[in-house]
This record gives sequence, C-alpha cells and structure tokens, in this order.
Amino acid sequence: MNKIIKYVLYDIIRNKIVVAYTLFLLLLSIGLFNLGSSPEKGLLSLLNLVLLTVPLISIVFATTHFYNSYEFMELLVSQPIKRSKIFMSEFLGVTLSLSAAILIGIGIPVVLFAPGATGLYLVLTGVFITFIFVAMAFLASVITRDKAKGIGIALMLWFYFALIYDGIVLFILYSFGDYPLEYATLALTALNPVDLGRVMVLLNLDVSAMMGYTGALYKSIFGSGWGVGIAFLVLVLWVMVPLLLSRRAFTRRDL
Amino acid sequence: MKNLSKYLIVCTAYALVCLLGSPAAFGDTLKVCTTCEYHSVKEAVRQAKAGDIVLVDGGVYKESGIEITQPISLIGRNNPVIDGQNSGQIITIKSSNVKLEGFTVQNVAVSYMRDDAAIRVADRQNIQILNNTVLNTYFGIYLQNADNSVVKGNVVKGENTGKIESSLGNAIHVWRTDGAEISNNRVEGHRDGIYFEYVTNSQVHENISERNNRYGLHFMFSDGNVYTQNIFRKNGAGVAVMYTRNIRMEHNTFEDNWGAAAYGLLLKDISQSVILNNTFRRNTTGIYMESSSRLDINSNDFERNGWAIRLLSSCIQDTFRLNNFTGNSFDVSTNGSPTMNLFEDNYWDKYSGYDLDKDKTGDVPYRPVSLYSMLVERVPPSVMFMRSFMVDLMDSIERVLPSFIPETLVDDRPQMKKIDHDSDRKLVQNLR
Repeated sequence: MNKIIKYVLYDIIRNKIVVAYTLFLLLLSIGLFNLGSSPEKGLLSLLNLVLLTVPLISIVFATTHFYNSYEFMELLVSQPIKRSKIFMSEFLGVTLSLSAAILIGIGIPVVLFAPGATGLYLVLTGVFITFIFVAMAFLASVITRDKAKGIGIALMLWFYFALIYDGIVLFILYSFGDYPLEYATLALTALNPVDLGRVMVLLNLDVSAMMGYTGALYKSIFGSGWGVGIAFLVLVLWVMVPLLLSRRAFTRRDL
Repeated sequence: MKNLSKYLIVCTAYALVCLLGSPAAFGDTLKVCTTCEYHSVKEAVRQAKAGDIVLVDGGVYKESGIEITQPISLIGRNNPVIDGQNSGQIITIKSSNVKLEGFTVQNVAVSYMRDDAAIRVADRQNIQILNNTVLNTYFGIYLQNADNSVVKGNVVKGENTGKIESSLGNAIHVWRTDGAEISNNRVEGHRDGIYFEYVTNSQVHENISERNNRYGLHFMFSDGNVYTQNIFRKNGAGVAVMYTRNIRMEHNTFEDNWGAAAYGLLLKDISQSVILNNTFRRNTTGIYMESSSRLDINSNDFERNGWAIRLLSSCIQDTFRLNNFTGNSFDVSTNGSPTMNLFEDNYWDKYSGYDLDKDKTGDVPYRPVSLYSMLVERVPPSVMFMRSFMVDLMDSIERVLPSFIPETLVDDRPQMKKIDHDSDRKLVQNLR
C-alpha cells in the first residue's frame, strides 16, 4: 500500500498542479494578512477564501486525477492486490498531497501572522474540507465511467454545498421564522461541512461577540472544548460516509 | 512710578492676608490624628460648628455612622482611611454647604432595606464631594434631593465578580436633584456606574465608567443634562437612557460593551436630544433606538460594532448626518419600515458607488439596511450564516434591485471619503 501511495504522490507532484496550488494559497494568505489591519481580519478573509476555493479545487482535482489514473488502476487490479487497498492508496495519495498544500500554503502564514487556537481551527477545517471533498469527488467518479458526467456531478456537489444549501436553509429559516429554531439551525449547520467549518472558526473569533443573543448561545456551544470536539467528530463522519460508500462501489463494480 | 509699585505691593499683601486669614475669620480648625486633640472623626464632626474645618490626618479610622449636621469642611490629609467594617452607612451629610475631600472610605455591607452608601447626601444643597476613594461598598456616593452639588475626582470601585445584579448597588446614584456636576470620576465594579433619576440641568464630564454589571450610565426622567467626554467601557449592558428629553451627549466613548444583551447606547423614549461627536467602538450594538424622536445624531464614529445602529420602526424624525460607519457587521438594521428619519452625508465603508462629478459625494444612494440584516432581525438563528457566500450574494443582488429592504432608509448623499472628526475634536477640547 505504501508503495502505491508513493507512486500516486510521485505522479501528482510531477504534474505540478499541486505545487501551483500551494504557491497560490501561500501568496493569497500572506497577501491577506498583510492587507488586513489586524490578524483577525486576515483570518476572516482567509476563512471566506478557504471555504470557497479549497472545496472547488479539491473536488475538481480529485475527479480529474481519478479519471486520468484509470489505466494505472486497471494495471494494478490485474495484480494480486486487494481493490480496497488500491482505492485507499489513491485516496490517501490525493488527500495527503492536497493537505500538504494547505499546511504549507495556509498553515505557515497562520503560524507566522496569527498563531493561536482559531488559526489552528482554520487550518484543520481546511484539511478536513480537503478530505471531505476528495471523498465526494471519488464518489462522483465511481458512480459513472463517463469523465464529463463525473466532473459534472462533482461540480454540482460543490455548487450545492458552497451555495445552494445555504440558500435553502435561509429560505427554511425565513418560512418557519415564527418557531424557535435555535437548535434546528444547529442541526442544519452540521448537515453541511462547509457551514460547520465556517461557524467553528467564526465563533472562535472575536467577531462572535457581535452576533447578539443567538450568537452568544452558539458561542457557548462552539466555544467550549466539547462543542469543538463534537464538530470535529461530525467532520470525521463527513469524510467516512462518502469514502466508505465509494470504496464499496469501487470494490464491487466492473471496471 | 514708585508710588504705583508701592501701591501694588500693599494691595498684594492685603490680598494675601485676606486669603490666608479667611478660614480663621470664619471658623476653627479641628485636627484629627492619633496624637491630636481628637482621635475619632465622628467626635470631631460632632463638636464642629458651622464654618469649621475638620482636618483628618493619615491613618485608619474604624468608624461608621458619621453624621454631618453643620456646614463644615471635612478634609483628609495624607489619605486617611475610614473603614466602616460593614457596619452600615459611613458618612451621612445632613447639612447644606458641606465639603468632603480627600478620604478613602471603605467597606459597606449590602443592605436591601436601607440602601447603605459610603457617602450619602440627604435633602441638602451645595455639597462638594471631591477626590475621595470609595472601595468595596454597596452604594458608593448617594445624592438624594441634593441640588447644586458637585461630585468631582472620586474613585468608586466595587467588587462585582461572581455577584448578581440585585446584590449590587450603584457607584454614583443621584435622585431628584437639579444642577449637579459629576466630573472626573472613575467608577467601576458596581451595578450601574452613574445612575440618574429625576435629575435635571446637570453636567456629567470626563468620567470613566467601566466593568459595571449593568449600565455604565443609566438615566431616566432626567431632562436637560449634558454628558461630555466620558468613557463607558466593558459594562454589562452599556449605557441606557430612557424617558428623557433635551439632553446633549458629546465626545463620549462607548467601547467594548459585548455580550448577549449589550448596547453601546440604548435610547428608549428619548426626544429632542443631540448626540454629537461620540465614538462607538466594538460594541454588540452601537446605538439601539426605540420610540425615540427628533434626535440629531451627528458626526459620530461607529467602528467595528456588530450592529452600528438598530433603529426600531417606532422611531421618527431622527437625523443621522456626517457619521462614519466602518467595519460594522451590520450598519443599520430595523424591524419594520421606520419613516421620516433622515440619513445624509454619512460615510459608509460598504458603499460601492461612484462619484463622477467629483463633489466627494457618491452619485448613487446607499441603502444601509441589508437584506440579511432584515432576515437576522426576523429570524435570529440565521446569524449562523454570517459571512456565508450565499448571504453576500443575496445582499449584493438586493442592493442592485431593492425589493425587501425599506425604501425609506436611504442615504442619498453618501460620502466617498471618511469624514475626519478627530481634528475638530481636539479643537473643541482646547476651547473648553
């Protein structure tokens, strides 16, 4: 398995996209920290960016990578290696390289400009979102053999989580505004990893104090070690569910 | 020439004699210290006649229930400490024209029935309470029915950690008084920093009120007062101003009033008042306005608040001019559509219009109420989606094609550049 991961990683690094991605994140983070008047403001802008670009790049990169290495996988399948092993190696190869990009591209500037728990949450959120969206990309790729269709599904997933979901939830909140929705909103947030990551970082920043009574309620939940622990647990679930589903599909289907 | 200088010298000498001799001419000086005639402040005060000076030297006096019944001056030298040892009220002033200066008064226990204070003035006028330190008391300085009194340069510090609102008193409590002057005091750790009820034509200047459990400044039914250059910081609920008209608030700073129910300035049923040149920084809500009318809110700075202004629809004829709004999560929010309020010539950092004719005023009107702020006002839990990409998108679309946000709340002349208030602030300070 380690050997396969090594080859996958080697392949990814050779095509230089991940290197470009790392440089892009690094430049952006340093730029935002230098532009903003305070490190907190930098973190906030960085958060918005991470939540928009990281899922998009992860999902598109992982889908194209999966389709591009189809021949390699076919070759491996003909060898006496378990299919789940091949699949997991591919997954880890992609996620590890993209996570490394985040750790270098965002982690280093955060440590330099805004060290602290919130910065750590931001980087962790970025890493988790990478894992989650790569898992989703693999799910989209194993559903269909057609590359165009696969990328289409992946983009739809990104569109749904980054944009449509919030719109739907805001509409629901507006429609049911007469009911007490504090905890329902909390549950709805957990159903979208992007929102969960955003809320977790936001509520640990000073701005949360500006969010009034409801903000204070959520801060009491997310500000505690308990709340953060549960939030990360939910994120782990968000990685595991699509990953296990796609692994199951991969091991059973006709390549 | 020689005559003139001689005349001057004689004159000065005469004036000096007059000045130095005057206390002696009006009364005696009673000294209190361990080696003096009097060892107890209480005893000396009891013996003092009208016009006397009771001079207390440094040291700790474990006394309470000191009652001043004559117009005397009670003056502390070398910071004498009067320790009430939690046995009731310490100094009660029951005479007009009393001066109390230079003491440290400490330890008054909570008393729900009597509202014990360190220093209380009851129904007498022209009292001066200067440069005292009041520590660890229930109420600090309590003026009731004390017209034309001065409370100046005092420090009132309470212990409020872990205590609830109802077991705390106010630092400076003024009730039914006309023409009081409260200035240069520093109050902290009480329920309300400065509390006014039925206080009229009074001045509150250059006080610092911080870390109080409830309000930094709280006044009700107190018309015609002037508040300038005070700092209200980190109070549980900020500053509350209710049922009052004709007040001026100038050059005050409201900052760091954070929390679930914290306001920089809460205005309820206020009318015909002026709020000028104040700074609202890092409050959950900068100004919260309810049923307030004919206010002139002019040249203030709103920086990094959650809500800069929450204008409820019960407010009418309020004017907002030449204010700076920078870094606030929401500039203005409302629960309906308030009418007849005027926004003009303000600077909004979220304004994205242009200025083709270069008159430093934006050519497109700015709508300070965002769709999302309306949504949050209606459904508070949606605050969870703050800074979501969808929310930004929604707001941008609504700004271009307004359909939900109130038509009446609009700044037709938004400024392109931040308005500089700092220079004229210094100028005014110099003039004062």
